[in-house]
Amino acid sequence: MSLAVEVRDLTVRYGRTTAVDRVSFDLQPGVIYGLLGRNGTGKTSLLSTIAAFQRASGGTIRVDGEDPYENARVMASTCLIREGGDFLDEKTKDVLRYAAAVRPGWDADLAARLVDLFELPMTKKPTQLSRGKRSALGVVVGLASRAPLTMFDEAYLGLDAPSRYAFYDALLEDYAEHPRTIVLSSHLIEEVERLFERVIILDAGRVLVDEEAEALRSRGTTVTGPAAAVDELTAPWRVVARKALGPTVQAIVVEELPADARARAAAAGVELGSVPLQDLFVHLTSPQGTP
Amino acid sequence: MFDGREPIYLQIAEQIREQVASGALGEDEQVMSTTQYATTFRINPATAQKAFAELVEEGVLYKRRGLGMFVAPGARARLLEGRRASFFAEVVDPVAAQARVLGIPLADVIARLEQHSADDGAPRRPATPTNPQEETR
Repeated sequence: MSLAVEVRDLTVRYGRTTAVDRVSFDLQPGVIYGLLGRNGTGKTSLLSTIAAFQRASGGTIRVDGEDPYENARVMASTCLIREGGDFLDEKTKDVLRYAAAVRPGWDADLAARLVDLFELPMTKKPTQLSRGKRSALGVVVGLASRAPLTMFDEAYLGLDAPSRYAFYDALLEDYAEHPRTIVLSSHLIEEVERLFERVIILDAGRVLVDEEAEALRSRGTTVTGPAAAVDELTAPWRVVARKALGPTVQAIVVEELPADARARAAAAGVELGSVPLQDLFVHLTSPQGTP
Repeated sequence: MFDGREPIYLQIAEQIREQVASGALGEDEQVMSTTQYATTFRINPATAQKAFAELVEEGVLYKRRGLGMFVAPGARARLLEGRRASFFAEVVDPVAAQARVLGIPLADVIARLEQHSADDGAPRRPATPTNPQEETR
């Protein structure tokens, strides 16, 4: 079971601050999305509004065709895990029991396996847990809920590296068996980029990029070689960064390269290379990077 | 083979072709599932599916509904035939070009290759009067 989401002209304001500014996009059912954006670009406001934790200031959200706000059916199918967890201050076993009661898709076996995996103490309250274990509790609830729309808002950043990798593996394994719509927001782009099928990048409350991860990655290219040759080759393209190392220049272009680009580059003694998604993100969202 | 700009699904497809061509994956043998690919390489299952779709199109794999992906009969022969067709252009010609750049006479390159044929214990061509040392090496 997977849910589709339709966001149209969504605006979220706090007093005079506009956190989300007329944002429109769709989430296709059964796809893993990466939601990327610098701090304060509205990721948390956006996800919290989709999950009906708060009300939109303007625009519309449709989850499975319905407005999620105060909508019991849609809310039972939507699970947003935020950093910190938003949990009742009860023992882990009671937090899990409560989640099991409100989540129609709850998988108790999966929950038990994840509790073991993350060595989560069952008789401690969230406030007594370390940041890492509190994150782990969020991950357990988020995965075992098996909600048709599951969103993790940097919820796993408190985990140490081995636990994060265990989370990625558990997520992929369970997603493969039980496909659902998943949104992951993260700062650790390098670690998670291969998990995404599509990527949405927010910048200053607006959607900057909404595209297939592979396609986005293929648009970024490094062009390295003698300065004159690089500059001539890249002249018609969108160059987001350029640095010189002596007589050699490396430019980063974000562009669907023409079919003959590789041959022309080779003839000019210029090398083309790939740009990691994280670097592409940095260039696309840095103030001087985008026109 | 990979120049770093290759999307992951193309790399996976190439890896499977390699396994089929080398015989590591036999005809009608099952390929790892998308789930196994996803969890082993920590990638989105759709990425692995894309690789499979490409290989099905090429006739390297076929799908058995509900069971998974299998190596197509004759896939190895077809892959090897394709590679043989491009071997001289893609492998041998660059060697000759590189040797020229480095100033290595082609005769030395040929001698080295013949040494390989001796090492392999591969059937040698009959001794010829113009090259008597070869058999005694």
